[in-house]
Amino acid sequence: MSMKILLALLLGGAFGFALDRAGATNPNLIIHMLRLSRLHLAKVILLAIGVAQVLLFAGLLTGIVDPAHVHIKTANWGVILGGILLGAGFAVSGYCPGTSVTAAATGRKDALFFIGGGLLGAFAYMLAYGWVKSTGVLAKIAGGKVTIFPIAGTDYPALITAIPGEWAGIAMGLGFIALAFVLPDCLRCRVGRRATAAE
Amino acid sequence: MTLSWKWGGLLLGLVFFAAVLLVKPIGVSTQFVILDGIVWDAVNPQIVVEDPAAKHGYASPNPYLNKGGGKYAKNVANPLNYSFVFVIAMIVGAAVSAFLRGGVGRRERTMPEIWRANFGDAPWKRYLAAFAAGFVVIFGARLAGGCTSGHMMSGIMQMAYSGFLFTIAAFLTAIPTAIWLYPAEEA
Repeated sequence: MSMKILLALLLGGAFGFALDRAGATNPNLIIHMLRLSRLHLAKVILLAIGVAQVLLFAGLLTGIVDPAHVHIKTANWGVILGGILLGAGFAVSGYCPGTSVTAAATGRKDALFFIGGGLLGAFAYMLAYGWVKSTGVLAKIAGGKVTIFPIAGTDYPALITAIPGEWAGIAMGLGFIALAFVLPDCLRCRVGRRATAAE
Repeated sequence: MTLSWKWGGLLLGLVFFAAVLLVKPIGVSTQFVILDGIVWDAVNPQIVVEDPAAKHGYASPNPYLNKGGGKYAKNVANPLNYSFVFVIAMIVGAAVSAFLRGGVGRRERTMPEIWRANFGDAPWKRYLAAFAAGFVVIFGARLAGGCTSGHMMSGIMQMAYSGFLFTIAAFLTAIPTAIWLYPAEEA
């Protein structure tokens, strides 16, 4: 077994475990986040991004992280249109690709139906890809694989070049962590809750 | 049970960082394509063929599997690759976690309580909605080139412009949709 496969087992296993422990495999918590009635997962997401970002850019700054491991995805209209489609299905089901797979592993049967639909959706995209490409929605926006601030040691262009990306990344990460703490537990608290006899 | 947002967020953040430190950013939705490709290739062996002229050594008559010099085609031909094994391991990790915390309750396993409070008890309704949502979510994720893992978490932590575009589009759609679909809250 190669080292890379061993890392896949360890990191994938840790990710699945962490998603379940954070509550992300629970569609109730996702739907409550999206209807703004319980922001537990929004706080989890903000804190996770913040922690990962601070460590990543501190690691890049000190040379612990290899800049070749940074991988920026292309910006195009497909990102926005696809985000809209994903957002709609995310709200209906309370699942996204990663949490559907892990939720099914926890015994949720509706997640299996989501995965079935997902495999069909992936197949539909494989067949539609040639047409999608011909429409031009996959044409790059702002240079495609771009970052907000420049990351030394990579070839990715940046939108704002005045500030070194490592320090900007640390600052942004701290900002996300702060936001996780500032965000209240709910914004639309107890909206739509039926009164019970005890109340 | 479920961790507080502080411990949950810290744990997830450490995993996302460890992935970039040791290998590459986490992503999931591509593996739906790879699994489809494996099944498709099993039914029709012409779907992925070896091609020494291709950048990754494999080619496909399907333009999506063939794109980028046969990168997906190669992964279909070799399922024991990092990204595919990663997702299989996720399933194991989540199953272990759920087992250790006592599993998901019988009622919850069919549908989440918030669905029940708004759409009633019939499992077929929930299953049909989950199936349709799965179709739209993965189609959308492939159109976007990533999902909540690859674009939102991994993308934003690396300050990718695409990650911000994706997250704004996804949440500006998802929030009004959820507020509209789920007016009632479970007791």
